[in-house]
Amino acid sequence: MQTQLKINGTEHDLDHDPRVSLLDALRNHLNLTGTKKGCDHGQCGACTVLLNGRRINSCLTLACMHDGDEITTIEGIGTPEELSPLQTAFIEHDGFQCGYCTPGQICSATAMLEEARQGWPSHVTVDVTTSPELTDTEIAERMSGNLCRCSAYPNIVDAIRQAAGKSA
Amino acid sequence: MTAYLKMDEPDHRRRLDETVQGIIGTAMDRPDGAAKVTGTAIYAHEDQPKGMAHGVFARAPVAKGTLTRIDGEKLRALPGVLAVLSGPKFLRNPAQGGANEAPVQGSETIAYLGQPIALVVAETFEQARHAAHMLEMEITSEDGLINPEDAGYETPEDQQDSQGDLEQAMRDAARSVDVTYTTPSHNSGAMEPHASIAAWDGDRLTLRGSYQMPNYNQYELADSLGVEPENVRILAPFVGGGFGSKLGIAPEAVAAALAAREVGRPVGVALTRQQVFEATMRRSESRQRVRLCVDSEGRLTGIGHEAYVSNLPDEEFSEPVTQATPFLYAGAHRVIGHHIARVHRTCAGSVRAPGESIGVTVLENAMDELAHDLKIDPIELRLKNIPDKNPTSGLPFSSHTLAQALKTGRDRFGWDQRNPEPRSRREGEWLLGMGMASAVRVNILSEARARVTLSPGGTALVETDMTDIGTGTYAILTQICGEMLGLAGDKVIVSLGDTDHPHGPGSGGSWGAASSGTAVFLACQKIRAEVAKKLDADEADLTFKDGTIIYGNRQAPLSDLIDQEIAVEGHVEPGKTSDEVTQATYGAHFAEVAVNAVTGETRVRRMLGVFAAGRILNAKTARSQCLGGMTFGIGMALTEEIAHDPRDGHIVNHDFAEYHLPVNADVPQLDVVLLEERDDYANPLQAKGIGELGICGAAAAITNAIFNATGVRVRDYPATLDKVLAGLPQKA
Ligand code: FES
Ligand code: FES
Repeated sequence: MQTQLKINGTEHDLDHDPRVSLLDALRNHLNLTGTKKGCDHGQCGACTVLLNGRRINSCLTLACMHDGDEITTIEGIGTPEELSPLQTAFIEHDGFQCGYCTPGQICSATAMLEEARQGWPSHVTVDVTTSPELTDTEIAERMSGNLCRCSAYPNIVDAIRQAAGKSA
Repeated sequence: MTAYLKMDEPDHRRRLDETVQGIIGTAMDRPDGAAKVTGTAIYAHEDQPKGMAHGVFARAPVAKGTLTRIDGEKLRALPGVLAVLSGPKFLRNPAQGGANEAPVQGSETIAYLGQPIALVVAETFEQARHAAHMLEMEITSEDGLINPEDAGYETPEDQQDSQGDLEQAMRDAARSVDVTYTTPSHNSGAMEPHASIAAWDGDRLTLRGSYQMPNYNQYELADSLGVEPENVRILAPFVGGGFGSKLGIAPEAVAAALAAREVGRPVGVALTRQQVFEATMRRSESRQRVRLCVDSEGRLTGIGHEAYVSNLPDEEFSEPVTQATPFLYAGAHRVIGHHIARVHRTCAGSVRAPGESIGVTVLENAMDELAHDLKIDPIELRLKNIPDKNPTSGLPFSSHTLAQALKTGRDRFGWDQRNPEPRSRREGEWLLGMGMASAVRVNILSEARARVTLSPGGTALVETDMTDIGTGTYAILTQICGEMLGLAGDKVIVSLGDTDHPHGPGSGGSWGAASSGTAVFLACQKIRAEVAKKLDADEADLTFKDGTIIYGNRQAPLSDLIDQEIAVEGHVEPGKTSDEVTQATYGAHFAEVAVNAVTGETRVRRMLGVFAAGRILNAKTARSQCLGGMTFGIGMALTEEIAHDPRDGHIVNHDFAEYHLPVNADVPQLDVVLLEERDDYANPLQAKGIGELGICGAAAAITNAIFNATGVRVRDYPATLDKVLAGLPQKA
């Protein structure tokens, strides 16, 4: 079947099996392998991409459900020559080791910062009627859908805190 | 040109303290960082050649039996299906680390539930997956022993050791403990599932895989396929974590290679997460009995540590639980016991720090129990019992930092705030407590080669098939080379994970950095000597800095002195310093926990690890390795447990929804202190391994803290809330 996806600003016409997940469309069909597969079941966050600006697990959705949608993958967030502030902060703070969860972490953090800017509460927000301050506890909670077995968590929090424009 | 060293003598020169480039040991950013944060680093299943077909495994649904037939014909009629493979070359078990030859093969015999028994190859992944689910097979199922306690234990003679008379020492002791703990099977949980892409060019196979030790994997794969190792090339430039699970060649590599030959085009096989749990490695569960006895001064007179583990019938690997017990503490009377049950469960192999990760943990729990009984501070008990030489072998220690780690941690953590009386601190419904544990891991040097090529233009290339599995190899080899040859970090290119390069040691056993680093060091030293020859000087008298050479009062750019590349292959082998002294790394863990008096839930509030591992090659990546190890400890203490169905060994929780790795919110801002140390016996870098030390004993600091908070001793890992709650008083 045919699906048109707008990925990182570029239109892609995909002729595909209806069973192809968005993740496999990226990795196996479009050679956008920056998005990773860690579990294929929505359990690890390695496949996180932005769908119309919001973070989703791309393994949990079929490509054919996204005709006309705008998708941002890690390739659209920054390049080695032009890193996003989060990417720079991840390098400085060693917010990864093997790097396999990292594109997912960065996509997730990119959307998470926007959610926080819009005042979304989280499970650890004490007063849900006010805009929560992005404390370390808030960052850790909001990033808990992204597993990192190398366990760079403290460094990931440091990197996000820095990119969010806060000092320690 | 080659430069060879057999490590027979300690190297007291400490060359890296004299060089002036100033990048060794610094917190240099990883050179591979930009590739990783932008998604441009290429992992195993990502360089998909044109026309690549996809393979998906079908698995054995029983624990023991014989596969008598698979119906491949039927599947071949399905859309896109190209081939269905099975047979004697299929791996039954994955290879153990360093095997260097084929593991147990043959899909006809089924030895555990989840064993890959057939590969379905199709044009697309979706077609292959669908067909694999449809595969009909005939299996003659047999009863197999599943549970270690039912199977009974073998007691291999060469794995027992005793000194003196522990029974008598226990009777004579002023105080003693005799406790039994259990730990469950664990999974490595590397985020990148095992995957391979195989492509044949005539007789020559190129396999892109997610492997820790291509230097061995090349031979394991060749032997499994029955081809010459020279015809096998493995590429693993980026590996999405390993933690032991990717030491040896695994079923997907062999199946991909067989399939690619059969269908005449490249084939990629990626394991599903569930298959990673079932068909790669688990850490064996353990039952451990620890006996400790002391005199009236709190000095240990005896230590007993007996471990009961399991593995498949054909496997040699046996979790070396007691590895550090012979030398960690003093005590004249000792029993080391090792017992293994043969069961039909997923293969047991290495998971981060095989042995010490669970062995030191339980020993350190027992030490805490003893300290509590004795009413002596647990740090004090350890300090009193640090031996001045290896109490079992009598060998001297190459270096010993346990006391320093314990004292440094005591001060930094605010240990004096701890009330030794359990259940004495409370904040609302949270009970607070502190715990500590010693950390120890044996240190190993492994044979390694690396080639360094210095160009007149002032750049250098480092080549080895050593891997970077997140460990920082790209960074530290850059730093060693840059430091020795006087080059800034961006002037050094490191090329890894290609078996066409000289063989490294592979990433495992914490030996990677020191061993491959030494090979690079040796090559650089020889290159310096070649440059020095041109000046008729001794290389040690030359200063290499920023692409120039300073000699006497002259400074000249490299290009003035060399007009062509100098390439040297460094080669190190372990020697007498591995046998004549006891080498280990030490540290101390501290944890503060809050345990909910109503629910029994434990939250880790603070954690400190103080570690010494010789010279630290990169302060940033070394710290990250420690964070990783300590977090494995949090998982081991609180949540990680493979649940085997007692009827068929099936791993019931074979994914991340049910096997609970620590998530970001479970891990506080961990504090890591790296002590200054130089171990001249280890290698000419004076560096030791740090990748595994952080997990060794970490879980004990947490469970000891739970005891301090609640008075509850959970002796059956992990300390989940139900087990803690069962020991709490009815009224919160
Ligand atoms: S691969 Fe999608 S959440 Fe794990
Ligand atoms: S960096 Fe390896 S899993 Fe996160």
